[in-house]
Amino acid sequence: MAAPAVKQDPLEARLSTLSAPKGAAWAEEARAEARSRLAASGLPGRRDEYWKFTDPTSLNQPDAPRAAVFATDEAMPFSDVDRLKIVFVDGVFDAEASDDLSMAGVEIERLSDALNRDIHWARDLFGVLEERGQTPVVRPHAALNTAFASDGIVIHATGRAPKPISLIYLHKSEASDAMLHHLVKVEPGAEVTVLENGPAAARFSKVTEVEVADTGRFHHVRAQGRDHERRASTHMFARLGANATYKSFTLTVNGVLTRNEQVVELVGDDSTVHIAGAAVGDAAYGAFHHDDTVFVTHDAVNCESRQVFKKVMRNGAEGVFQGKILVKPDAQKTDGYQISQSLLLDDDSVFQAKPELEIYADDVQCSHGSTTGAIDEDALFYLRSRGVPEDIATDLMVLAFLAEAIEEIEDEGLRADILARLQGWLDRRRG
Amino acid sequence: MLEIKNLHVSLEEEDKQILKGVDLTVEAGKVHAIMGPNGSGKSTLSYVLSGKGGYDVTEGEALLAGENLLDMDPEDRAAAGVFLAFQYPVEIPGVGNMTFLRTAVNAQRKARGEEEMSAAEFLKVVREKAKTLKIDAEMLKRPVNVGFSGGEKKRNEILQMAMLEPKMCILDETDSGLDVDAMKLVADGVNALRSPDRGFLVITHYQRLLDHIQPDVVHIMAGGRIIKTGGPELALEVEKNGYADLMAEGV
Repeated sequence: MAAPAVKQDPLEARLSTLSAPKGAAWAEEARAEARSRLAASGLPGRRDEYWKFTDPTSLNQPDAPRAAVFATDEAMPFSDVDRLKIVFVDGVFDAEASDDLSMAGVEIERLSDALNRDIHWARDLFGVLEERGQTPVVRPHAALNTAFASDGIVIHATGRAPKPISLIYLHKSEASDAMLHHLVKVEPGAEVTVLENGPAAARFSKVTEVEVADTGRFHHVRAQGRDHERRASTHMFARLGANATYKSFTLTVNGVLTRNEQVVELVGDDSTVHIAGAAVGDAAYGAFHHDDTVFVTHDAVNCESRQVFKKVMRNGAEGVFQGKILVKPDAQKTDGYQISQSLLLDDDSVFQAKPELEIYADDVQCSHGSTTGAIDEDALFYLRSRGVPEDIATDLMVLAFLAEAIEEIEDEGLRADILARLQGWLDRRRG
Repeated sequence: MLEIKNLHVSLEEEDKQILKGVDLTVEAGKVHAIMGPNGSGKSTLSYVLSGKGGYDVTEGEALLAGENLLDMDPEDRAAAGVFLAFQYPVEIPGVGNMTFLRTAVNAQRKARGEEEMSAAEFLKVVREKAKTLKIDAEMLKRPVNVGFSGGEKKRNEILQMAMLEPKMCILDETDSGLDVDAMKLVADGVNALRSPDRGFLVITHYQRLLDHIQPDVVHIMAGGRIIKTGGPELALEVEKNGYADLMAEGV
């Protein structure tokens, strides 16, 4: 009889499959610090307050659960957008498939190159915002990513980038377990747009740290989708100087498990952060669980923050929203807005929301709302009575419901692209 | 055009009978008016004909040009030619009025095996018709009925009717909430649609709408039945004496 297996700590088990990448001394130090953070926090469990609605088991386990590559002849998102393409295949940079990395107004490098240099600005950013984002809530998967991600892209915006930088994540192996870590530094007056799309891997861990200096502008539009069985845990950590802008929109379709965390700190006066998301899940095509976890900290005067999250769910799909606005004592004249809404197209689907406001300043405006509802039957009848078939009428109302989130995309072309993705998703469901 | 025979309808949830044997035939080219006190079943009749849920038809039938309406989904009834102008048009935030109208027109055309209207053609036609109803371009761009005044909502109903060109138009209390000028505008819109191959069923409390939309036949409905049918003079009688006399007579 074999000896009983020694019960291994989940973190130990996870670490046993990973090896620390090499780099310059400062980078190795940053990674070692991330490992210490991880050792202190451990991996998340269902008992953790921040993991009450999402089961982290498949994100914790040593090997990625397999995920079939979804075959489709549909064009990739942003195909018609004039952009600089950077391609990763199962989490590995593909130079051949990517465009030349030079563009006016920005410097673009591979993470491994930046982290190999003894002197690099990345030193002030790599793992720095991630670490700040660990308080007051620990985010162990982000620390794990800092410690072990070896690939990614480093963007230094010094002027106005003439076109978006488009990160394309291809998924080719059913067992791929990918980690990417990106850094974005936006200098005063500079402006850059980063696009992300693609299923990336069977399991995908991604951290992006974004530093926006005074008067800098950062735009982010992401389309997560395609593969039904993919899993993703992503983090965006951002810090904004004065009069800076950070706008991020994410569309999610399909995916057995997606957890998108955004942690944004407003440290300069008069800044603006908008974070929006539209998720559509249909569990008839495989389980769908989508979690948006957002933490916005106001630590400066006269800043505006908006969180707009909309989810449409059917056939037992699950949606989660955990959003917080923290207003520190000196953050007067804060204008905070948070809305999370779900449209459940049947009785089997679920939406769980935990909106939080924590306000220590007295001259602020903060509003928040969270709703869960079914389709408006009167409106549906009205549309049908004019000859619009029930499925098309429902789609019209789904698009209407998502509109507030999609309108957060500033660029008209990108907005149209995202709308086309959604329309395609709805059309496929009608067959 | 429309034949209603012995129609019995009750509320699905309460098992409460609302229509207790309605018989009514509207010929093509004619305008029939139904008048009656509150709670007589007028609006229920309009909802049942257009296919709203929540009602049980326990007996009887309703035929449009010989086709049984009651088995059809609301969208199929619309494609077959039924149009209900709502007493309370529904606000649909986020759905543009133009998108809605064009989707509706083309869905009906598709259901009937006709060619869909091009965007350019649609735009031309809708602008023309909107103009006669004094609906400005701004209103067409807004979400369906959102922020519309009472009069604007009713004019929007008539615009939809004009675009969809139904065979059988049912107007449910279209005069409610309208001032005299708005009512005249709406009535003109309806009158412009009168044609030898189209029937109208105009449901109203008051005679005043019928000053503007002259009916051929007037029915009095009470207690879920048509209790009296006559010419336009019947409406004047109601205006003068109220429903009480007629109801006493009808029992």
